[in-house]
Amino acid sequence: MQYIILDTETDFESWRKAARMLVLHHVKPTEVTWAVQGGEAELFAPPALSPILEVNDGTFSVSAKFVELAQTAILHRDPQRFAILYRLLWRLKDNHDLIEVATDPDIALATAMARAVHRDEHKMHAFVRFREIGRERAAHYVAWFEPEHYIVELAAPFFARRFADMPWSILTPDLCAHWDGHALSFTPGVSKSEAPGEDRLEETWRRYYASIFNPARLKVKAMQTEMPKKYWRNLPEASIIKPLIEDAERMTGAMIANAATDPHKPQKRPEAPMTRKTVTNDLEALREEAAHCRACPLYKDATQTVFGEGPQNATIMLVGEQPGDKEDLAGHPFVGPAGQMLDRALAEAGVDRNKVYVTNAVKHFKFVPRGKIRLHQKPATPEIKACRQWYEREVSAIQPDLIVAMGATAAQSVFGKITPIGKNRGRLIDLPDGRKALVTVHPSYLLRLPDPEAKVLEYQRFVEDLTIAASLQKKSAHAA
Amino acid sequence: MDVQRKLEILADAAKYDASCASSGTEKRDSSDGKGMGSTAPGMGICHSYAPDGRCISLLKVLLTNACNYDCLYCVNRASSNVPRARFTIDEVVKLTLDFYRRNYIEGLFLSSGIIRSPDYTMEQVVSVARKLREEHHFRGYIHLKTIPEADDALIAEAGRYADRLSINIEMPEETSLQQFAPEKDVRAIRRTMGRLRLKLDEAEDNRSTKTKAKPQRFAPAGQSTQMIVGADGANDHTILHTSANLYGSYRLRRVYYSAFSPIPDASRALPLVQPPLLREHRLYQADWLMRFYGFDVGEIVDDSAMLPLDIDPKLAWALRHRDRFPLDINRASREELLRVPGFGTKAVERIIATRRTTTIRLSDLARLHVPRNKVLPFIVLSDHRPAPHRLDEARLIERFKPKATQLGFGF
Repeated sequence: MQYIILDTETDFESWRKAARMLVLHHVKPTEVTWAVQGGEAELFAPPALSPILEVNDGTFSVSAKFVELAQTAILHRDPQRFAILYRLLWRLKDNHDLIEVATDPDIALATAMARAVHRDEHKMHAFVRFREIGRERAAHYVAWFEPEHYIVELAAPFFARRFADMPWSILTPDLCAHWDGHALSFTPGVSKSEAPGEDRLEETWRRYYASIFNPARLKVKAMQTEMPKKYWRNLPEASIIKPLIEDAERMTGAMIANAATDPHKPQKRPEAPMTRKTVTNDLEALREEAAHCRACPLYKDATQTVFGEGPQNATIMLVGEQPGDKEDLAGHPFVGPAGQMLDRALAEAGVDRNKVYVTNAVKHFKFVPRGKIRLHQKPATPEIKACRQWYEREVSAIQPDLIVAMGATAAQSVFGKITPIGKNRGRLIDLPDGRKALVTVHPSYLLRLPDPEAKVLEYQRFVEDLTIAASLQKKSAHAA
Repeated sequence: MDVQRKLEILADAAKYDASCASSGTEKRDSSDGKGMGSTAPGMGICHSYAPDGRCISLLKVLLTNACNYDCLYCVNRASSNVPRARFTIDEVVKLTLDFYRRNYIEGLFLSSGIIRSPDYTMEQVVSVARKLREEHHFRGYIHLKTIPEADDALIAEAGRYADRLSINIEMPEETSLQQFAPEKDVRAIRRTMGRLRLKLDEAEDNRSTKTKAKPQRFAPAGQSTQMIVGADGANDHTILHTSANLYGSYRLRRVYYSAFSPIPDASRALPLVQPPLLREHRLYQADWLMRFYGFDVGEIVDDSAMLPLDIDPKLAWALRHRDRFPLDINRASREELLRVPGFGTKAVERIIATRRTTTIRLSDLARLHVPRNKVLPFIVLSDHRPAPHRLDEARLIERFKPKATQLGFGF
């Protein structure tokens, strides 16, 4: 039998060294007894310890995941932890995949230990309560805490990073941690009587605790699952938990039973909460009216109506399908990727962007949510029809010479019927009201093309179509 | 009025906001010796729990509970006779720092009644965060309520100081908001959420593209919202449909559901009954199914448009789709495993990692941390196969229904 005595309860390095040697000497887990200096198990060790094993030349490796697991599990208070971890190491050296087998009893045991340690650490971060000694700049903050496992060294750096600007001490029965504003240090454990008994802010904290509690939602079990009673004795707010619970029923009953008092007459408000923009011209009036459009159900799920934009004296009106994700959020047409492509093509075609009005056939974004994104949906004919009034009113407000319909939905709206793009693109078409129309693809169609060559080709055709618009624009500018 | 009394009034006024999260933000600490505070990005820290089972992570207060608006469901509505109070900016700053220093809280969640105008109110709220960050170098967590329609510059500043921003949608349907909160405009709320998302996206793009210029910080813990459940007549399908829309549209980190609860001096127009806590719980479960388990709204809720209260929504779905079970968990895909009642996301990961090296047997279930009785009718293991008629039994559902017990407490 080998007796291994570790220096402290949290002495991972010595455990690791010893475990390494034991494995290399083929010492079976059943042949090792682990103990800690001054601990109880040590009493049973024979007076003359077995000779310390010499380091052997051999080597073996285990996964980093095990080292991590062992480093945490070793902080558990269970005296068997050293033996359990050694047994696991013994089995892992020939079976590396074992570490992934959650159903293995040893893995399950070690994992449960590590989980308990992490939970205790987390609870220490949460439930330590500092009490002020001295005032303001000369203050020192001292807390008393009773951890379930050996976690003081594990948890202390968190407090050092968080409260870097104040000197503090956390006293526990195992070990005390201190921060002087520069470095962490540890001293042996003390008793509770060493810790301060109160803090001037605790009454304020209790008042907050009582006020933030909603007596109509009493769920004592849920509270106790997360904040077990064992922590209560060191929490200043815990003293009022019982009275709060006892009073909850009465308070809720009173809220329900008491008839509402006569409504308090609000004072005259100094300012209307939502100011509406003042209407300046026809287009602005239209925009304001369209913002409240309920002509089809699309408004319900969309963020806002995305109305057309551009100068009232525009000579060209570009009509797209509908706003996309980004347009819906921003409230402006063609600000997303398709808009950037359109801007580039317009510039290449030589269209004067300052004389262009851009809008969409349908003015709300139609989509279905898929997790964190929204999938674009093609507008249906009733939606296109319902929205057409806005397009017509935009046309009469702007009186453009040319209307460019981009994509099938726009073409359907501009011509009032389904109008294929392939057959009609690339030439000026007369509209019944004497205006010219031009049909082309929607820029988002270009974005969707998978084949890069087709993309270049189709983009060229798109620019060519827009060149027709540019030459018409130049002609009319010349005429004016 | 002393600060303690103000704190009582203004915490009481804030407690109907369910959010208390302090997680999901950037990593920060004060080890540079300037100021105080740090964040716990992985999981937030709950410093205490109230007897309502809710976590107390942040100092959750209103700057003032005076309000221009008269939203019927709200304890702070203009026509209510609750006592009113208003903190000064310095009082909130001092309380936050004093509480934080004693490790009572992770930070501050500040909201406010609307006074004077949206911009004025937002400016006051931002001032507190500005002072904490700029003057006191406070590195803890800050959650600010965003006032709809507030000026863009104020929102940008709020995002610079805050970890999280939120705007409450309040009601699942536009019509109920009009009815209960006539001064609130769901369009304005959604437009502001849209603006927040554009700013969040922009900040994220800046972080991922490595430029020398320090990226403009904007609310690294994102935005969230809250819906009140049970004050209006909206059914669960409507509520979840609205949530799915909000998650997709504005990339919300969370939608909080808040069971409408009796409030002091409540309006006569509202149902003053015990809050529907179980319904709220089922909605959270359904919300999780949408976000982490690959379920669609239409799958979660059946034709009744309400979630069952006696069993959880995933089990209800499985019982409606018995043809998909039993499932061999040594072979099934991750997507399929996620749909087994009783399997959580972590259990699914453990199963997938474990079955790579070994076959999962009946005796392993406990170590995988899955509820044995719940999963057995739905799964096949190397040494277990549910009786063929088991899944067809009409009585299967009885197995899962809770024993008749009283929920909450009676009167």
